[in-house]
Amino acid sequence: MSTTIAQNKGFGATLWDYLTTVDHKKIAILYLIGGGFFFLLGGLEAMAIRIQLIKPENDFVSAGFYNELLTMHGTTMIFLAAMPLIFALLNAVVPLQIGARDVAFPFLNSLGFWLFLFGGILLNCSWFLGGAPDAGWTAYAPLSTTQPGHGVDFYVLGLQISGAGTLMGGINFLVTIVNMRAPGMTYMRMPLFTWTAFVTSALILFAFPALTVGLFLMMFDRLFGSGFFDANMGGNSVIWEHLFWIFGHPEVYILILPAFGVFSDVFSTFSKKRLFGYTAMVFATVLIGFLGFMVWAHHMFTVGLGPAANSIFAVATMAIAVPTGIKIFNWLFTLWGGNIKINSAMLWSLAFIPSFTIGGMTGVMLAAAAADYQFHDTYFVVAHFHYVIVGGVVFGIFAGLHYWWPKMFGKILDETLGKITFWTFFIGFHLTFFIQHFLGLMGMPRRYWVYLTDQGLNTGNLISTIGAFFMAIGAIVFLYNVIITSIKGEKVGGDPWDGRTLEWSIPSPPPHYNFKQLPLVRGLDPLWIEKTEGRKGMTPAEPVGDIHMPNPTILPFVMSFGLFIAGFGFIYQVDDASWLSAVFIGMGICLGAMFVRSVKDDHGHHIHKEDLDKGDGL
Amino acid sequence: MSHEDILNPKVMPEEPEKATLEGKNKFLGFWFFLGGETVLFASLFGTYLALKNSNNGGPTSEELFGLELVFIMTMLLLTSSLTSVYAMYHMKNNEFKKMQIWLGITVLLGLTFLGLEIYEFYEYIVHDGFTFRSSAFGSAFYTLVGFHGGHVLFGLLWIITLMARNAKRGLNLYNAPKFYIASLYWHFIDVVWVFIFTVVYLMGVI
Repeated sequence: MSTTIAQNKGFGATLWDYLTTVDHKKIAILYLIGGGFFFLLGGLEAMAIRIQLIKPENDFVSAGFYNELLTMHGTTMIFLAAMPLIFALLNAVVPLQIGARDVAFPFLNSLGFWLFLFGGILLNCSWFLGGAPDAGWTAYAPLSTTQPGHGVDFYVLGLQISGAGTLMGGINFLVTIVNMRAPGMTYMRMPLFTWTAFVTSALILFAFPALTVGLFLMMFDRLFGSGFFDANMGGNSVIWEHLFWIFGHPEVYILILPAFGVFSDVFSTFSKKRLFGYTAMVFATVLIGFLGFMVWAHHMFTVGLGPAANSIFAVATMAIAVPTGIKIFNWLFTLWGGNIKINSAMLWSLAFIPSFTIGGMTGVMLAAAAADYQFHDTYFVVAHFHYVIVGGVVFGIFAGLHYWWPKMFGKILDETLGKITFWTFFIGFHLTFFIQHFLGLMGMPRRYWVYLTDQGLNTGNLISTIGAFFMAIGAIVFLYNVIITSIKGEKVGGDPWDGRTLEWSIPSPPPHYNFKQLPLVRGLDPLWIEKTEGRKGMTPAEPVGDIHMPNPTILPFVMSFGLFIAGFGFIYQVDDASWLSAVFIGMGICLGAMFVRSVKDDHGHHIHKEDLDKGDGL
Repeated sequence: MSHEDILNPKVMPEEPEKATLEGKNKFLGFWFFLGGETVLFASLFGTYLALKNSNNGGPTSEELFGLELVFIMTMLLLTSSLTSVYAMYHMKNNEFKKMQIWLGITVLLGLTFLGLEIYEFYEYIVHDGFTFRSSAFGSAFYTLVGFHGGHVLFGLLWIITLMARNAKRGLNLYNAPKFYIASLYWHFIDVVWVFIFTVVYLMGVI
């Protein structure tokens, strides 16, 4: 397959190309578009929430619609925006950073994306079919199990489908990183972003099955008459809370660790220094991942698990501050004495340090179980998790997109617009959420659609809403930046940042097969090592030869579409048993496609060495 | 050397399931998947343990469970794990026919197990009035044991598909990893059953 043919194609051919692609770089773009779309959707929901709260006893939205908005804002941002955008970066960068030509399971990679997308679409279909889920993104039973209508059913089925896709992505990256590193790329030579991808994938693998089970139990309770969470049948609703948070707490580390990886790479590149304390950074990443499984009950301090359980989980939670602190100091020491260049990627990274540290500090406050009785379910908690998720994950995604945009698309995002985005978003973010700490301490509860006047909450809420508009402006400017850059931006070479790691040793965007010859890695920051020794690129580890690549396939799309149909069947069979036919048709499509995948041999294809692009890679 | 020749070497390597990069990836990826499955079943076991005394006035585990049938089922499944080991032994010796025979025996044992499980559920539902909807205990029992049963059914369909698909062409480096991970899956199902036997049935009658 020659890459020159792939250049000039009609819309239909391009669409078919993306529907069937198994190329990790194209899947990254799909994740970016999908995640970006849901990010805008979740942002719109956030704006509606903030407009409703701009003044006391406002009636911009109804109480019921407000519940739907806050539920869908949380669910969308976590599952359909942050996770896919992280997967976009993982797909775009990890195989390049370890010197691989593809991921271990290109088919599963594509399947993971389509499952995410169809799960997200199913979830959002609820808006048009009688109302969105309205039991909070945590969907606590028995509220969620007794909620009338089909909203929560869409939550259950949508997340089940997209969660399956995430699990596949996790396994895929674990195997890719273990099995497909280039010659010489030992574990302790991997860039920190790859390390965080590795630990995050392990967290996905061990956390998501708990959500799978929780969602199954809720589905059985709501749709098939079981009694897991129904006290009348002897059920116990606290089981849902445990299962949800056994998944839910590792989930926040799943999100934040790759962002930590982005910052590590950005700081190192733009300080022209190797990462300070690389070994300690790896150790801290693994330790955070490990401790992430030991702390779920800190979300349940007020449930009444008893002082012993609360104390253990409080201490474990506070312990996480130690490896996180190690990271903060190592980033500062990486900057120390470096030849620092400040651009958009660097601005997001620099802003992350104080923002995230504030979130970490309130995290330790919340970890004090006795004090948590006061903080629980107030805006203090809202402020805390937005400081870590926006100040950590979203800043990380923006930094990563600015940093790797030239690698993904061959063009640098406009710096002026990037800085406008940064400053409006950064100021807006602190304006929105800093004041919420105090609103929470003053007793304003989460999730209420109105507050009364004369309670001292008016000014704080007004400031918060004004901040939200600044964030929205920042997001719009970023979108404009993406469009203007793709139209007018100038092409750049493979290494616009004077980079240190393998992804900068190949052209931008990289060819279909990434590396014409696999590189020989001789240490941490392998490209930098070659540069300091006067070479322009990597030393090849193999002669030029035929390259084996996987074939494109439509089956992942078909499987996901089948589950999408079956999802509707499961939801509506409680109203009318004839909907069971949709379950059978949908599952038939999915299992049929799996059967085809199993019996039809797919050996992939070879790119002959005569067809490889000329040039030495840069 | 073309791809076909690479996948059909004259002398099969000692570990045909791990001789290609695809095979190595499948092998490792499937182990990771089983790690995730372990968490899945651990969550189901935890739920069952929390709800096993919540019988809501219906029959208790002592009244329901007998060990005779479950003992036979356990023996069937343990034996099927052994026969799948024999099949993998023959795969490594490149004796395709023998591998198919032992896989066939594995499938028969698995089918018998599944039949007995359906019979067991039928007895509980029809004679004891113990259903998925009768109590939280019932929901937890049928979900845990049913998830296992569903895994058995999927494993059987998987192994049968592989046997039928490759019946005429024999073993090569493309399908050896497929057979191997199917057998890994089968062992995993067996291990889960050992825990079900202990936690659900043994602890249920004591």
